[in-house]
Amino acid sequence: MLSKVFFLYFASVIVLTSSLAITRRNAMHGVLYMLLMFFHLAGLYLFLNAEFLAAVQIIIYAGAIMVLFLFVVMLLNLREDVQKSRFIRPWIIGFIISSGVMVIAIKAARSVEVVGTGRWGIKEIQSATHIGAIGQELYTHYLYPFELASLVLLVAIVGAIVLAKKRLK
Amino acid sequence: MVPLNWYIWLSGVLFCVGMFGFITRRNLIIMLLSVEIMFNAVNISLVAFSHYMEDLTGQILVFMIIAVAAAEAAIGLALVIALFRNKETITVDEFNEMRG
Repeated sequence: MLSKVFFLYFASVIVLTSSLAITRRNAMHGVLYMLLMFFHLAGLYLFLNAEFLAAVQIIIYAGAIMVLFLFVVMLLNLREDVQKSRFIRPWIIGFIISSGVMVIAIKAARSVEVVGTGRWGIKEIQSATHIGAIGQELYTHYLYPFELASLVLLVAIVGAIVLAKKRLK
Repeated sequence: MVPLNWYIWLSGVLFCVGMFGFITRRNLIIMLLSVEIMFNAVNISLVAFSHYMEDLTGQILVFMIIAVAAAEAAIGLALVIALFRNKETITVDEFNEMRG
């Protein structure tokens, strides 16, 4: 019962702050609402026994990505954009499309049935600790995607510097 | 115990909020924020499935998605800065050189 109350609190705050984030006129307010949303999402991950991901969510999403957004919003210093209309003119079409997808997703989720048959039950994770379990999976079965992720990040670093530089010599 | 379906519903609703923002907003930064919302919606459903199926593959996938999201944010914001330097605006209506 209590866990349902907590889930409903987290879910309602997440949906509310994300809808506020995309409708605010000022981009700064949107970024700050997103920050609030990420913290509640980390709380939701703690519910699902994913402590490592909750920490990563706060450190990387809230600490790095959103700060990058904040830097760019402050750097660009947008004043004239505040006067214009926020949404494109046929916004109702976007609303119809997205609510249609939402109805389909909710209908489809009714038929979801899963059984816990994997090898990482709550007991196994508890005995190996969550970070130990994640590390064991990451460095044995998923070593190749892990190396690829480092390559993706390297390309992103180089690309971001090249794109944002004033002019290349 | 919270049923799995609740997480899937939350994920679907959040994904559609992000989709609505991406389709309708004019501000390029808010469009990138909407993409982040969609990433997070997918992450919720992956972590929920991983917990209920007692398999850590979903959490590894979330780890990879976070890495890709960080790369996407860095590249996207660098593009926003480059566009702002050329046009002095980040409203998407103004970028019509290709007559799309």
